[in-house]
Amino acid sequence: MSEGVSEADRPEVLAGAGPDLFSKFDGVIGMRTALLDSGVTDPFNLVMEKVLSPTRAICSGRDTILLGTYNYMGMTFDPDVIAAGTQALAEYGSGTTGSRVLNGTYQGHRECEDALREFYGMDHAMVFSTGYQANLGIISTMAGKGDYIVLDIDSHASIWDGCALGNAEVVPFKHNDIDAMEKRLRRIPEGAGKLVILEGVYSMLGDIAPLREMIAVAKKYGAMVLVDEAHSMGFIGPNGRGVAEDQGVLDQVDFVIGTFSKSVGTVGGFCVSNHPKFEILRLVCRPYVFTASLPPSVVATAATSIRKLMHGADKRARLWRNSRTLHTGLLEQGFRLGTSETQSAIVAVIMPDLERGAMMWEALLREGLYVNLARPPATPANMTLLRCSLCAEHSEDEVETILGMFQRAGKAVGII
Amino acid sequence: MDRAAIDSRIRTLIEPFNKKDVAITDATTFAGDLEFDSLTVMDFVAEIEDEFDVIISMNQQAEIENYGQLVTAVGTLAGNDA
Repeated sequence: MSEGVSEADRPEVLAGAGPDLFSKFDGVIGMRTALLDSGVTDPFNLVMEKVLSPTRAICSGRDTILLGTYNYMGMTFDPDVIAAGTQALAEYGSGTTGSRVLNGTYQGHRECEDALREFYGMDHAMVFSTGYQANLGIISTMAGKGDYIVLDIDSHASIWDGCALGNAEVVPFKHNDIDAMEKRLRRIPEGAGKLVILEGVYSMLGDIAPLREMIAVAKKYGAMVLVDEAHSMGFIGPNGRGVAEDQGVLDQVDFVIGTFSKSVGTVGGFCVSNHPKFEILRLVCRPYVFTASLPPSVVATAATSIRKLMHGADKRARLWRNSRTLHTGLLEQGFRLGTSETQSAIVAVIMPDLERGAMMWEALLREGLYVNLARPPATPANMTLLRCSLCAEHSEDEVETILGMFQRAGKAVGII
Repeated sequence: MDRAAIDSRIRTLIEPFNKKDVAITDATTFAGDLEFDSLTVMDFVAEIEDEFDVIISMNQQAEIENYGQLVTAVGTLAGNDA
C-alpha cells in the first residue's frame, strides 16, 4: 500500500492532536457495535433499490411491503402529482438556487401557499424547505428572551431544537397531562409572553392529544398556541385539517405547523396562521431566510397533492379501515401496542428491549416487511418500538399478509 | 423559609429518586453521583416545582449541577434569601 492512502481500518493518528472531539459519541458507538455484533442487519442503513409503488419497494433484492414510510395517503405516485412535478421541472428548471426572500420565490411557491391557505381556511401560509425547519424557524423566532414556552415532554426533536435555537424559557410538562400544563402556565410571571406547543398526533406511540381541553386552558392563561399536525394532515378531521379540526378547536389554534413529507408525499414544511402580523416572519425568521427555497418541481407536486387531499374522503376511509384492521389484529395476536384503541394511522408495537426489537425488525424484513425501528433516546420512557404507519393504498389483502408476517416473526423471536 | 427548611423539604422529595442511597451533600451531582437520566430529572423537577410552587425552566436546570446549587436556586425562585 503506497503512502498517503488512507485505510478505513487503520485511521491516521494526527500528531500533536488534543482530545478527540468524537469521544463524546463513544456511548452511541458502543451501543451500535453491540447491536451489530449480535449479528442482525443494520436497521439504520437500509437501501431501497427500487420503489414500485407507495406500498412496495425492492430492498436487498426482496419485494418488500412498506409499513413505515408515513406515506399515509399514498400520493407519491399519483399521476396528477407526477405530471405537475414533471411539467414544473421542464418549465422552471431543477432548482431555484436562492432564498425565498431574494430570487427563490417562483410562481409555484405562491401557488403552493395558496393551496395551503385554502386547505386550512386560514389567512396566511409560509412554506419552508423542510418540516424540521418550519418548527425550528417559527418557534425560535416567535418566542424570545423573557418569553415562556410550555411544551409536552414528548415533543418532536424539531420542536426541542426550535426551543434550543431561541432564547425563551423552556418549561416542559408530562405528556398529555392537562393539570401539569395548567400548573406551569399559572406560575409564569405576569406580563411574560407565553407559547404553548402541542402536537395533534404524537408519532412515537401514535396517540392523540386532548387538544380541546388543553387549548382551553392555554387560552385561559393568555397563551398563544402552536399545534404540530404533521401526522394528521389529510385524514384526521372532517376536512383532513388535523386533530384540532376533529375536536372542533382549529379556530383557537394560532399556528399550525405541518409537513409535505407525510400525507402530501414530497418534502417541505409549512406554518399556517390567522395572525394579522404573520407575514413579517418572512423577514425575521432565519431558517426561512438563510436557506435555498424548495425546487419548482417539489412545490408543484405539493400544491397538486394538497388540492387533491381536500377531496380525499375515499382514501381517508381506506386508511382508517387499514389502521383499525392492523391495530385490532396485532392486539389479538398478543402484541403490546402504544395505544389501546386506534387513534391514528400509526401503530406502535412495543418491544421488550433493543436486542429483541432489532431481531424482530430483521425477521420482518426477511418476511418482506419494512417497519421503523425506534430506539432510545428518541422514544418515550426509553422504549424500543416497531412503528408501523399505514397507507390508504395498502389493500385489504396486504394488511392480512402483514398480520401473518407479524405472527410468524413474533413467534420466531419469542415475543408472542 | 430559610435555607435549612428548603434543604430539609428537598431532602424528603429526593428520597424516592435516590435509588442507591447515596449520601447527599451540597456537592452531590445529579448526573454523576445520583445517575439521574432525563426522565428522572423531569419527574424530580416536577415534584420540586409543585412543592414550592415555582418554575425551574430547562434553561435554569442547565445551570444546576449539584444539590447545593438546587437548594440555592429554589430559595431564589421562592423569593427567599436562602
